[in-house]
Amino acid sequence: MAINWFKYSAPTTFYGLAGKLIPWFALSAAILFVIGLYIGFAVAPVDAQQGEFYRIIFIHVPTSILSMFLYLVMAGYAALGLVFNTRLSAMMATAIAPTGALFAFISLWTGALWGKPMWGAWWVWDARLTSELILLFLYLGFIALHASIDDPRRADRASALLAIVGSVNVPIIYFSVKWWNTLHQGSTIKFSGTSMHVAMQQAMFTVLLACWLYAIAVVLARVRSIILERERDTVWISELPEVRS
Amino acid sequence: MLGLLVLVIRRDLVLAMRRRADVLTTLIFFVMVVSLFPLGVGPEMDMLRKMAAGVLWVAALLSSMLSLGRLFSADYLDGTLEQMMLAPQSLSMLVLGKMVAHWMVSGLPLVLMAPVLGLQFDMPVQALGVLIIGLLLGTPVLSMIGAIGAALTLGLRGGGVLLSLLVLPLCIPVLIFGTGAVEAVSTGLSAASHLSLLGALLVLALVSTPWVTAQALRISME
Repeated sequence: MAINWFKYSAPTTFYGLAGKLIPWFALSAAILFVIGLYIGFAVAPVDAQQGEFYRIIFIHVPTSILSMFLYLVMAGYAALGLVFNTRLSAMMATAIAPTGALFAFISLWTGALWGKPMWGAWWVWDARLTSELILLFLYLGFIALHASIDDPRRADRASALLAIVGSVNVPIIYFSVKWWNTLHQGSTIKFSGTSMHVAMQQAMFTVLLACWLYAIAVVLARVRSIILERERDTVWISELPEVRS
Repeated sequence: MLGLLVLVIRRDLVLAMRRRADVLTTLIFFVMVVSLFPLGVGPEMDMLRKMAAGVLWVAALLSSMLSLGRLFSADYLDGTLEQMMLAPQSLSMLVLGKMVAHWMVSGLPLVLMAPVLGLQFDMPVQALGVLIIGLLLGTPVLSMIGAIGAALTLGLRGGGVLLSLLVLPLCIPVLIFGTGAVEAVSTGLSAASHLSLLGALLVLALVSTPWVTAQALRISME
């Protein structure tokens, strides 16, 4: 039996699939958030050097990891859209961008909150912080370019190209910022070399998984809205029960 | 191939010379931004000497953004760009020619002007030399990365601001290595590593950006 790999690349079939999947992802994200944050805030021991302040790590690290990962996923979908000319890939890339920007912002925000008690400053021009800030700029550029082009097809393709150029640039930017930083003052901030407590690891990975599932749920919901908006003149949309009522 | 390149460059230079005011405004903007910094942060020479390379680079970055909007817009409006895309010659080559001409009109004057401004900031001669070499290697990269943004935002409302938003983050490595070279020299180290990296960026941009820009133009024009 031949498998039709492209079955769900059509918005028509994907719309229904996404609708069925969203509750599962959303529910498991919520459960894992509760479990992860409970372990993080109640079970995990107090850190020897950082006291209670370190607990922000359970939000900070998962959001930063996902903000970077989502950019790659977004660029991947953008590339798929350019190569195979599938409408859905471009819609996915558009749907991922706001979530990625949100995670980048949360990561910077919690980083500032963590930095104040630890380093005595809200902001340090550390390589990691600076490159995360630039990542946020890249997300905003993608969103702004997509928003300012009226023709959806051109908007998809132009922003896809921008995402790909950006993803090629990300390593260059990261290393240049890293070298810039070490040349100026030497790396002053290092995470303690000691291995993490098991409960801390559990909490961090649980929240990471929760953030991931949350991102999937939100992106699917957003992609459904984009499909409805783009295909509003088609017959299959007008036959949907939720549209008809 | 080379003949085509020369032809495009010559054409764009002639067009630029017919509208000299555009070239001069970019240069004046550059001089003005640089002159504003001492007024903003105070006239202490020690501080100015330290800031000089950064100020000149940031000003060069901003003024090259200013002129990028004109890279394709005139040809786009009068239909020349469409004819260029229909031409049997490679679009990447045409784009490369336009990039080179754009750099000669908007980048090269800044490089030539930079030593004078550097003296205003009391930069030592050696640092000044490295700054110029850095600008010579770096400003073409700015023109080339900027061309991608200019092609993507072709004919959009509010294109100028959007263009800066897209291109500035991508130009950060150039800024870092350009200022890093001057910093290395003034602390007694060799600037060779930074200049080599700038050269590497230039080569990378030279082989990749004309093609990407051509793709971006195709997307914008269809």
